[in-house]
Amino acid sequence: MIGLSHYLAVAAALFTIGVFGIFVNRKNIIVILMSIELILLAVNINLVAFSSFLGDLVGQVFAMFVLTVAAAEAAVGLAILVVYFRNRGNIAVEDLNLMKG
Amino acid sequence: MSTPLTITQATMTPELFLQQLLYVLPELSLAIGALIIVLVGAFVGDKGARLVTWLCVATILVAGSMAILHVPAKQINVFSSSYAADAFSAYAKMIIALTAASALVLSIDFLAEKKIDKPEFPVLALLATLGMFIMVSAHDLIALYVGVEMQSLCLYVLAAYARDDAKSSEAGLKYFVLGALSSGLLLYGCSLVYGFTGSVRFDVIASQVQDHRSIGVIFGLVFILCGLAFKMAAAPFHMWTPDVYEGSPTAATAFFASAPKVAAAALFARVCFEAFGSLQKDWQSIAIIMAILSMGIGALFALQQTNIKRLLAYSSIANMGYALVAIACGPIYGPKALLVFISIYAITSVGLFGVVLSMRTTDGQRPETIEALSGLSRSNPLLSVALTLLLFSVMGIPPLVGFWGKWEIILATISTGLIPLAVCLILASVVSAFYYLRILKTVWFDAPRMAMMPVGVSTTLTLTGATIILAALTVVIGFVGSAAELAGAGFH
Repeated sequence: MIGLSHYLAVAAALFTIGVFGIFVNRKNIIVILMSIELILLAVNINLVAFSSFLGDLVGQVFAMFVLTVAAAEAAVGLAILVVYFRNRGNIAVEDLNLMKG
Repeated sequence: MSTPLTITQATMTPELFLQQLLYVLPELSLAIGALIIVLVGAFVGDKGARLVTWLCVATILVAGSMAILHVPAKQINVFSSSYAADAFSAYAKMIIALTAASALVLSIDFLAEKKIDKPEFPVLALLATLGMFIMVSAHDLIALYVGVEMQSLCLYVLAAYARDDAKSSEAGLKYFVLGALSSGLLLYGCSLVYGFTGSVRFDVIASQVQDHRSIGVIFGLVFILCGLAFKMAAAPFHMWTPDVYEGSPTAATAFFASAPKVAAAALFARVCFEAFGSLQKDWQSIAIIMAILSMGIGALFALQQTNIKRLLAYSSIANMGYALVAIACGPIYGPKALLVFISIYAITSVGLFGVVLSMRTTDGQRPETIEALSGLSRSNPLLSVALTLLLFSVMGIPPLVGFWGKWEIILATISTGLIPLAVCLILASVVSAFYYLRILKTVWFDAPRMAMMPVGVSTTLTLTGATIILAALTVVIGFVGSAAELAGAGFH
């Protein structure tokens, strides 16, 4: 029987993979955008699992909000990435170094 | 804590709905204003950027004054308790509106000179202001998330606003990646808190955590506070600040440095005091660690900066550390100190960026080094006096207002018994006084290096305004204190 804890474990694993994807990845900014989506989807799994466990709809409403905002976030992120690519000609993470830090 | 009045869903009628709308009048006017101004911008085109900016300034100021015109005597929660109208949020909204509007006025000359004066800039700033209003009034996790995202998404675009400038798009990209990560942390925390308390409403969460303190809720709290610390730029989540401040167009940096800090600090305080009031031990230790790290990093790393925008970035990190000290003082003494300090800091910060924005050489360059300020006292004595007043204020030299902000925080720490934190605050202030004084030495005693242009009209206007407000606040500091006292009284 698959219970709440299984869903939470999957969500926690996805979340960790997403966070590591942002910090360990040294190649491509698109991969970072994918990692961010992974984090948000992990949250959605959490919310829906809790919502069904608690028998409370608010969690699913929250998940809809997260999906919507994630779409907006991806749109803004890709737009900024396109502007960056036009200025620099590549999207490698190592080259994000015009300013030290 | 006084029980807030809640208008529940079960009794919802059209009349009641209209009555609830009255409490969100500031947000409504910002939202409707933004929609109308987008249309105006589309009709007048790029030539009308100046008109659109003034319309946005007017809308923000109207919304800010609406927020303080109808302050309910006790906290009122509307829309199924997802939104709070109280004195705390009214005070924060007024400061946010004031600083956001002045940062917009500052942007006019700068953007026109860089030939990026398009109607989008003020409209994005207006929408970001709407997000900040939602943040300070949020009373459940969904409203919190929507407010934070609304503000952040607009700010990412503002950072990357100079499209043909590689530094600006790099700043936008860095801000976006780290901001999105912090939103992810915040959301993961929200989902854990929802799961382990069974509600997203702050009042229900508060009563749930009072009864049983589960490890899941503590995890959630830590994640939420980390996400909010990112938005506040408190150490150890400050990495993005110097780069974003340096790379963004200075007009956008002036905006980042003022209003969003107030909103993030107020939201941090509300989450701690209201939703997790009974877990004071837990969030207090998080706030103390972050405060000490922010004060230390802000004071020490600023010493080696030569770029004035990076220096102000580290200075803002240190100041957020002071704000966290106020939050660590808890719901009884904290809110008043936080509000007094953060409002003075935000106004000073707009003034300081006014000085940075007025640095322009005769050949059209915009130097950003501290050296470029050398000999400013000879070429522009009035600007130098304004800069001196602002820097003395942010250093905390009495009788300037910056002193009273820190004074309130130190009083609060003494009342709570967090004396070591007060000692750290004073040490950090002493160290940071060194780099502020170094700027003043360059301004007053070094020989001029570059010929500077006279300052633009809108910049002069805002700078004079900020300096006069700060000077006037010195006289009426008692009034500010009692206003903040009233505003913060709702938490105990």
